[in-house]
Amino acid sequence: MSKDIIVVKNLVKHYKKAEKNAVDGVSFSVKEGEFFALLGPNGAGKTTTISILTTMLNKSSGDVKIAGFDIDKQDSKVRSNIGIIFQNQSLDINLTAEENIRFHATLYGLYPFRPTYGLMPKEYKDRVMELATILGIQDSIFNQIKTFSGGMKRKLEIVRSLMHKPKILFLDEPTSGLDPLSRATLWEYLQDVRKREKTTIFLTTHYLEEAEGADRVCIIDHGKVVANGSPKELRHGAKSLESAYIKIIKDEEK
Amino acid sequence: MTHELNAIFTIAYRDFVKLLRDRSRLLFSLVFPIIFIGVLGGSLQSNLAGAAGYNFLSFIFAGVLGQTLFQSTASGVISLIEDRENDFSQEIFVSPISRYSIIIGKMLGESFVALTQLIGIIIFGIVAGVPIDFFGLIRLLPFFLIACMFGGAFGIFVLSNLKSQRSANQIFPFIMFPQFFLAGVFSPIKSLPPILYILSRIAPMTYVVDLIRSIYFIGDPAYNKIVLFSTGFDLLVVGIYSLVFIVVGTFFFIRNEKNR
Repeated sequence: MSKDIIVVKNLVKHYKKAEKNAVDGVSFSVKEGEFFALLGPNGAGKTTTISILTTMLNKSSGDVKIAGFDIDKQDSKVRSNIGIIFQNQSLDINLTAEENIRFHATLYGLYPFRPTYGLMPKEYKDRVMELATILGIQDSIFNQIKTFSGGMKRKLEIVRSLMHKPKILFLDEPTSGLDPLSRATLWEYLQDVRKREKTTIFLTTHYLEEAEGADRVCIIDHGKVVANGSPKELRHGAKSLESAYIKIIKDEEK
Repeated sequence: MTHELNAIFTIAYRDFVKLLRDRSRLLFSLVFPIIFIGVLGGSLQSNLAGAAGYNFLSFIFAGVLGQTLFQSTASGVISLIEDRENDFSQEIFVSPISRYSIIIGKMLGESFVALTQLIGIIIFGIVAGVPIDFFGLIRLLPFFLIACMFGGAFGIFVLSNLKSQRSANQIFPFIMFPQFFLAGVFSPIKSLPPILYILSRIAPMTYVVDLIRSIYFIGDPAYNKIVLFSTGFDLLVVGIYSLVFIVVGTFFFIRNEKNR
């Protein structure tokens, strides 16, 4: 029986000047090593939830523990234990791929800062090359980001977010804007990384087929949890998770 | 602690690398100084220098040095808000480092950027035939750093009150442009009508421009005509302003970051 790595209890977020709560009493938990998918229509509160869990936004009330740390009192500890792939691309286009990774590594205190790759310690170089090889971007690692395709940028962000060996990887709609082939390969790589690094994955997505492979799916709507279980439980006889999802959301809107 | 120092260097170094790779920004940053010194300085020198009793080219040159350092660092620090909306700084903001390190790193990086621009201005000054006192410039080295840090502090103060890059772009000209005139970057402000007099003595840029001149023109026969206050007084005002800007700015910046 593995332990809970994310515990969310009665989470509420009320934005200033907003009429309703964006997140309205959400509770769920994620086990260590689990692949967890948070689904819901636009405006359901997914990004708000992920922002709070990653310490980017203050909650209004409730309790959240990430990797055993309180998100308010120990936010720095939480940050060093998580990796995040943002919805918007977050690479520095004036830098090379390796520089983006190196700056990340020094910001996370993994290695002392050095102005060139050559001066960095061997462990760093090995780790960069290992991850870049898994994701198939080792040949472009010293190129400027400007020359990268959308899929390659995403892969680079994944390499970067794994540098500090996070216990949990948050992926906020990681494949939006990618073509089907890039999406498919990205997921192969992610599953591979997940097995090797034993990382817990927390995913939000609009592509329901990506959530089919999840261990557990939680669906929220209007800031409330409306379903929570394995994809099989949620399908409940329906032919795919997508049709089950649509039925759940439609029932909710009635 | 070493972790935070590493983070500060990383953030500062990134700004510097970005400047070197972004040639158009480097060139564009010289446009204003060139107009001020070359065009304004040249025409004022030909027409008004006799009446003023000192060399207008040098007067504007020294003023532009202070103004550029102040303004460039301020606008650089304000770019944190742009970074926060896209780009790499999302990364900076989620990394496990103190928010103070982010601010210090950004101030340091943008100070380097401003000092790089200064080299361009001095070269232009030589080419344009400004009579340059090189000993004066050497004397100024520590004061250049003070001017940068003051600009950075002002930047944080402005930044902490802004919500988005759009509002930053809209408001920045309004808080900078009038200061060019109020601070006397290229026009004497010894005597002014009452309202302008009060505003010019409030404008932070006034003191940084005067600080630079009070050092640069040491030994100049027209010193008392050019310089407004004593170096000590300028430093005092710059110090008080910086302290207030940094304390208030940092407080609101950190508070507003997560409270929405």
